[in-house]
Amino acid sequence: MVGALMKVHVVVMPKQSVLDPQGVAVRNALKELGLDAVDSVRVGKLLELEFKTPPDEAKLEEVCRDLLSNPVIEDYTIRCP
Amino acid sequence: MKIAVVQFPGSNCDQDCLRALTDGIHVQAEYLWHKETSVSGFQAVVLPGGFSYGDYLRCGAIARFSPIMRAVVRAANEGMPVIGICNGFQILCEAGLLPGALIRNQSLRFVCQPVWLRVETEETPFTAKLKGQSVLRMPVAHGEGCFFTDPTTLGSLESKRQVVFRYADALGKVTPESNPNGSMHGIAGICNEARNVVGMMPHPDRAWDRKLGSEDGKLLFGSLVEALEPVIFR
Repeated sequence: MVGALMKVHVVVMPKQSVLDPQGVAVRNALKELGLDAVDSVRVGKLLELEFKTPPDEAKLEEVCRDLLSNPVIEDYTIRCP
Repeated sequence: MKIAVVQFPGSNCDQDCLRALTDGIHVQAEYLWHKETSVSGFQAVVLPGGFSYGDYLRCGAIARFSPIMRAVVRAANEGMPVIGICNGFQILCEAGLLPGALIRNQSLRFVCQPVWLRVETEETPFTAKLKGQSVLRMPVAHGEGCFFTDPTTLGSLESKRQVVFRYADALGKVTPESNPNGSMHGIAGICNEARNVVGMMPHPDRAWDRKLGSEDGKLLFGSLVEALEPVIFR
């Protein structure tokens, strides 16, 4: 696996306390389409980062907190797929 | 006296801000490119509206790390008056100079309309001249202008009188109908604890000539001039 890139997924979601009108609009559309069982939808985003060498974990946390998410309104999780 | 209007890639109200200053209230103003690293020579900074860095990631999230913002944060912490309008407000929040965040309008619609603003405090360099001028008219134009913060911060903003403007009706009554974006407590603009940094979603830069429908924006920039040069203007 020479040259294989390491992937890291950063998932950024609106905090539970933050109104997510986009999620409400998507939920309503899903119901319209017949997915009656859907209760709620929240829309976040996924960032896929690729690394040639494993990232410094503290630095990764720092950029997730300072740039990739806004702690006032969002939470993030780091996943290695 | 010279006022800086910062230009980020994607700013689109930079010219409005510059002309509001130079043609509206006849003070010297110059653009300051986002790659600059100093605000020396300027007595105040305007962060204009627009879509800095295409609004990628979040509004203002990338602009916040521009070289110029390091200098703006330093100057603001030393007491220099700084105003962020629309995208500029979003940048100030992202930069941590102002608390809270501006999220998607509750309606999910971009709102572009004139609004009435109730002035909540005269204790900022941008509102000092507004004594007795309780309601202002100017437009909003944004998709992400819903002011949000946690309950503790909101309580602190209210108790420290850091709410500068609220959306209101023509008589100055704050009503749900007059709130164009779902902002908490009808908040349209706030200041920092030191009161020298103000962020607002409405556009005083689009309201400085009768041809634009309102001249009320001049009161804000005029307040700034008075605050900066009290001896000459008073």
